[in-house]
Amino acid sequence: MADTMQFDLVSPERLLASVQATSVQIPGADGDMTAMPDHAPTITTLRPGVLRVEGASGTTEYVVTGGFAEIGANGVSVLAERAVPKADMTQEDLDAMIEEAKTVYSTAQEFFENEPGPVDDAAKLLSDMVAMGEDIGLTSR
Amino acid sequence: MPNLKDLKNRIASVKNTRKITKAMQMVAAAKLRRAQEAAEQSRPYTERFNAVMGGLAASVGGSDSAPKLLSGTGSDQVQLLVVMTSERGLCGGFNSNIVKLAKKRAGELQAAGKTVKILTVGKKGRDQMKRDFGDTFIGHVDLTEVKRVGYVDAQGIAKDVLTRFDAGEFDVATIFFAKFVNVVSQTPTAQQVIPASFEAPEDDGATTLYDYEPSEEAILADLLPRGVATAIFSALLENGASEQGARMSAMDNATRNAGDMIDKLTIQYNRSRQAVITNELIEIISGAEAL
Repeated sequence: MADTMQFDLVSPERLLASVQATSVQIPGADGDMTAMPDHAPTITTLRPGVLRVEGASGTTEYVVTGGFAEIGANGVSVLAERAVPKADMTQEDLDAMIEEAKTVYSTAQEFFENEPGPVDDAAKLLSDMVAMGEDIGLTSR
Repeated sequence: MPNLKDLKNRIASVKNTRKITKAMQMVAAAKLRRAQEAAEQSRPYTERFNAVMGGLAASVGGSDSAPKLLSGTGSDQVQLLVVMTSERGLCGGFNSNIVKLAKKRAGELQAAGKTVKILTVGKKGRDQMKRDFGDTFIGHVDLTEVKRVGYVDAQGIAKDVLTRFDAGEFDVATIFFAKFVNVVSQTPTAQQVIPASFEAPEDDGATTLYDYEPSEEAILADLLPRGVATAIFSALLENGASEQGARMSAMDNATRNAGDMIDKLTIQYNRSRQAVITNELIEIISGAEAL
């Protein structure tokens, strides 16, 4: 059994990481999951959260929003619309993201008055953002 | 025959032009390198995204519950053309080629009795399209202020397009942009984004069976709008590289033309100068002979 696997993190603008990892913790839409080598092939969408990659050189953390993760035979690829190394994440970034989620939430409330689906989705997005903010030690207003 | 002073001024002015076009060529070359890098770096994302979407679309696409973004509205009556061009001119036939393709398509569609709606990205395309299809415009996206095209810009355009789609304003959306082949050749391309079409992955018998979380349909519904943004983003990047490539070769040509012109004018200048000298000599000699 292999003890490492290929891990790639890509955003539309660039390839952020391509390393050998022993385990990857993914913030999946239905809950966190940790992928280790020889994980069953899975595709999951992401919720805003922290992605933890454990490799030979220690743990690296990234803040990701939107996108999906593909766990295949050759390793894990995470395609995130926005991905920032946790250390580079600033209060302003978080504020901007939460602000955006709030706008989405309020427009969803206006547009889909009688449909709970999209409103719930937007509310979940917002609360995920806030939870993520607390997780990485920033305050969310 | 133009007099000597005029010729001299003319040569000086062409020389200035040559300096400017040369500088523009160098700037375009530097920008082209950056644009190509950006396109290069976005490729892994696009490739993987399309691979996964291809697999998903192949398995869900046949069913009745497939999202509208994938299966279409069942009609192709109202067509949205998104014409992407540059914000600046002086780049050879770059904008004209894209516009020509878009106009041809719009003409064909109108002849077939379809309704055409046009959304332009980039000032140059808007100006050119306005002449013939001004009444079909539904919007314009201005990227003049954007120094470096980011995914956010593509998301903005995609959001605009998707809102219109959800509101039932059109059935089919096609984007027009120039694909970067190399510095001297850019191919104007039309790509349909709604309903989305993904190339199914090659069936080599070893296709992995994935578990899906939450479910195939939910993932597809979540990813399809992102697919539109991704397609628009890569089109914007291709366009950026193409624009700089086209400008570079246009400016290279202009520089060479200016050089040729300077040579010709210099020969003309020297001949006229020689003629003036000969004239003066004849006058002096005939004056001396008359004495």
